[in-house]
Amino acid sequence: MNGVDSHPLDLESPRLTVKAPEVRYDKQGNNPDEERIAAAILAFAKDFGRTAAAYMESCVHCGQCAQACHYYVASKEPKYTPIWKLEPFKRAYARESGPFAFIYKAFNLKPKVTIEEFQDWQTLLYDSCSMCGRCSLICPMGIDIAALVGRARHGMFQAGLVPHELWAVAERAEREGSPLGATAKVLKERIGWLAEEHDIDIPLDKEIADVLVTLSSIEIMKYPNSIVSLAKVLNHMEASWTLRSDGYEATNFGLLSGNFQWQSDMSMRLINAAIACKAKLMVLPECGHAYGALRWEGANIYGKTLPFRVLHISELLEENIKNGRIRLNPMNKSLTFHDPCQISRRGGATEAPRKVISALGVDFREMKDTGDFNWCCGGGGGVVTIHRADPLRYRAFEIKMKQIDDTGAELAVTACSNCRLTFDDGKAHFHWDKSMHSLLDLVADNLV
Amino acid sequence: MNLLAFAEGPALVTSLSVMIIGLAWRLVAIFRHPTQRNLSEPRSTATIAGAVRCIFTRMVPHQEFRSSTKLSSTNGYAYHVGLAVVVFGYLPHIDFLKRVVGISWPALPNVVIYLAAGLTIISLLLAIMLRLSDPVLQLLSNFDDYFSWFVTMFPVATGMVVLGAIGGHYPPNDPSAHDLAVAIHLLSVELLFLWLPFGKLAHAALVFVSRSAMGADFARKGSRI
Repeated sequence: MNGVDSHPLDLESPRLTVKAPEVRYDKQGNNPDEERIAAAILAFAKDFGRTAAAYMESCVHCGQCAQACHYYVASKEPKYTPIWKLEPFKRAYARESGPFAFIYKAFNLKPKVTIEEFQDWQTLLYDSCSMCGRCSLICPMGIDIAALVGRARHGMFQAGLVPHELWAVAERAEREGSPLGATAKVLKERIGWLAEEHDIDIPLDKEIADVLVTLSSIEIMKYPNSIVSLAKVLNHMEASWTLRSDGYEATNFGLLSGNFQWQSDMSMRLINAAIACKAKLMVLPECGHAYGALRWEGANIYGKTLPFRVLHISELLEENIKNGRIRLNPMNKSLTFHDPCQISRRGGATEAPRKVISALGVDFREMKDTGDFNWCCGGGGGVVTIHRADPLRYRAFEIKMKQIDDTGAELAVTACSNCRLTFDDGKAHFHWDKSMHSLLDLVADNLV
Repeated sequence: MNLLAFAEGPALVTSLSVMIIGLAWRLVAIFRHPTQRNLSEPRSTATIAGAVRCIFTRMVPHQEFRSSTKLSSTNGYAYHVGLAVVVFGYLPHIDFLKRVVGISWPALPNVVIYLAAGLTIISLLLAIMLRLSDPVLQLLSNFDDYFSWFVTMFPVATGMVVLGAIGGHYPPNDPSAHDLAVAIHLLSVELLFLWLPFGKLAHAALVFVSRSAMGADFARKGSRI
């Protein structure tokens, strides 16, 4: 399983990923099973801090996390209970490095995890977990289950047990700089025709700029209007800004697939590009996990405090609406907002988009269970890339459709292109009459 | 040495020692790990406040989760509160603690104790019924879950036997006539002490650790706690 030609991209469907594989390769490499198991456990426990250790010790098996998980609620299948998704890693931890490991080992009270078990758990850790963190919010013991799933994915990657499609896009991202073929060459071409078609200045590769703007490959390949919207807003602000061909791709499939080295490589491209142009601010695009990867993990990867601020685009909009650099015309529409999990619940930027929406003067209709408690669209965490996950993802998406339909709002808006992609796919699947729009586009279209 | 003397003496000292040392070991297993330095720019530096807040906010599910967790949360409260009332409010227990540690407080009226004991028994039975019948709990449950339930229920049951033996008269007319029942009751409590650090009952201490860890982490990001 190697080489880009083995995994052609499907850029025509509502959902962008590699084409549905005729033969699945969900087991990478040729390592013996014992080595895979050892690698999985080692990677899971690598850099295990006090917080993760506390989480591993604390589950009381109350099962409440099931009620917070869209995949469980949609299917009622107990195996989708969030904490169960960690079961082999919990067992391995108890046996290998927990406080009573010597007893468990001596009497074999916690049997060794087998490669078959790890393989069986692949669909639970990847296909049916978007790491949305709703389970972490319900847990009465205060266990951040989503964070542990992220660690478990590190283990799975090192064991060579990543779902075919997710591995393929992550590998392409590491090799080409983008998971969806949005190479630097493609970016330059797109910017060229977008600038010409929209008669707008889109600076690329400026040597010095105050603001480095980054993109999601989903925007470049599917929603290029976002690039125009970015330019409109930043030019309206009269900002000194640039895109950089040596650091533009903010999606981080290293993080989603569980390869920490790739995650670091992808983050460092952006960090180095920002440093190269002496940026004071890096703006992350409408992409959920890109925010978590850079805003909350970027400095740890860099090894010291970042020499620039990091903002999600909705935070940039909010900040500049507040200081008067962005002025908006009011809209006469009703609107609801879908919170991207990694920006609101996991990222702490729940209020920023609401302040932007408020400035748009719309009839804002919150969904039931909104903000930090919003239901995930079901496509985050790389789930939307995996074809075999589609049936379950569509069932989970029904929760989302109902939430939006119940508001009766004319417009549905979000601040994550991966969510939009998932909505486009769900819309096509269910022949739904709603579309998911971009908050950035809305702002750009209503600038004074 | 008769059974009661054994239960009140070496068995009590041993079980309490195992509980304390075991819990300490369990905490050491967590705190031996390093705290990971987080270099990202915090949204809030009030991490200690976040840690404390999380300890309290997770005592009750967030509004959005209340309907789906109503039964398990309410039932959990029922046996935790019921046990606390019986253990710390019943006169014989207070007298025993006074003898062992030298401190005492006023007892609750017996009618309150009987109601609390009834509530505890019903809620513990409901807890095990849920665990045996709910597909999610069935899947999650292992030996620890069932044995922890047993060592919690056993002292309640043996306590009821003692209550029946003394006929509700305290102090009993002839204490020595009930030595065996009291000894078994005490030993059943000591079984709970012995098991506590090894299984999920350790949440009595761990709940503060995990909640505060999450609270600090989430507060830093400005996330909902």
